[in-house]
Amino acid sequence: MTASWWRYTFLIAFKDLRIEGRSREVLYTMGFSAALVVLVFSFALANATDAAQGPVTAAGVLWAATLFTGTVALARVLDRERENESIRSLLLSPAPRSAIYAGKLIATSLLMIAVEVLLTVLVGVLFSTGVFTHLGWLALVLVLGTLGFSATGVVFSAALLRSRSREALLGALLFPIVIPVLLAASRATACLFDPLSPDLEPVSFWTRFLFATDVIYILLGLWVFEPVVIGE
Amino acid sequence: MSLRHLRVANLSKTYGRQRALVDVSLAFAPGEVTAVVGPNGAGKTTLLALLSTLVRPTSGAISLGNDPLSGGPAARATIGYVGHEPGVYPELSAWQNLRLFASLYALTGAEDRIEAMLKRVDLADVRSDLPARAYSRGMLQRLALARALLHGPEILLFDEPSSALDPMGARWLVDELLRERQAGRLVVLVTHDLDAAAQVASHLVVIRRGRVALDRTQPEGFAGAEVRALYQEAVRDS
Repeated sequence: MTASWWRYTFLIAFKDLRIEGRSREVLYTMGFSAALVVLVFSFALANATDAAQGPVTAAGVLWAATLFTGTVALARVLDRERENESIRSLLLSPAPRSAIYAGKLIATSLLMIAVEVLLTVLVGVLFSTGVFTHLGWLALVLVLGTLGFSATGVVFSAALLRSRSREALLGALLFPIVIPVLLAASRATACLFDPLSPDLEPVSFWTRFLFATDVIYILLGLWVFEPVVIGE
Repeated sequence: MSLRHLRVANLSKTYGRQRALVDVSLAFAPGEVTAVVGPNGAGKTTLLALLSTLVRPTSGAISLGNDPLSGGPAARATIGYVGHEPGVYPELSAWQNLRLFASLYALTGAEDRIEAMLKRVDLADVRSDLPARAYSRGMLQRLALARALLHGPEILLFDEPSSALDPMGARWLVDELLRERQAGRLVVLVTHDLDAAAQVASHLVVIRRGRVALDRTQPEGFAGAEVRALYQEAVRDS
């Protein structure tokens, strides 16, 4: 990965974020969906906010909402390339296809992380959970979980670029693959939210697990994105 | 501009059991507009996709001069592509779109090139922050041409570029194709419009059922009636 590769990567990421900065449609849709999911869960699970159940519930809600809003981001960020067939122009440019993948991964992850900040605050308020007790650890788990989710999601979203029912298919194909990421992230988050016996040992284990999963998913994504996106 | 010939030799492409292109061999010269015509599903767009390197052939080879035209970054930089969709980002303005592609092609003197290109396609006076989403179909196609020409490609590929243009827009496009031919660029135009083909082409290729049914070069060009007669004959006979 040369300086030129990184230049292309940031160029693609900056382009996607600039387009989102102009339209804000992904951020607004994600933010609205996130608030709705957390609100519905907070009403439905009103009795599950005691000291024993609360942290586990809050962590589950946080990652369930991340899953749904992340799918919106993934579908839209790649969908923009389909409009006007701009994906063809991008693929015909000298930009390495792996840099296109990495740029999309960065842009999607940044959009998701922006919404996760809102989600975390909402979960903290509505589930009376001390979400900011271990802020550094929580940020690390959120970033690693998001990267793992996006790393796989960008590949599947690119594979479904020309499919008519891509939004329905994306969830069906993606969710089973990201189960390890979600399990690890929600377990680590539940441990971090626990006010009675905050134990950082399992957090450390799940964080290392997330990191290893991310490395595998990102390397696989860099490798398979080109044949997937050109449809071979 | 370079004077390399583009050659395809025994090119075939199959999708599953469907043979889209069968043993096609052609040569395209610089300073020549090749019009590729044929019925629907004949394999014209597949040929263009192969020439653009975005699709790999099942068998056969494509070369530019003495070099194989692979799908690598250097090969891709020699190609400009204009399809029936403009291939630009609707949320960005013309200037922002061209700036993005100038960066992707690592062009030097990008600002001057962009300004010159916007003048050429008559978009220089459009409000600089107006997103391409607000452009008319004709303006979008002009922006598409500016994007395709920005990096000075050796090969210019057009896939039904005038399909949604009004007569004025179509006339403008014909003039631009002639201008590129005079400038010595190698142009391949896939079209259904036999009149447009007659106006610009000095090389006519008719494809039918994935095979070359006619391959004729006339440096002086073709008359409209001649193109129609050649087309009908090729489609009927092959």
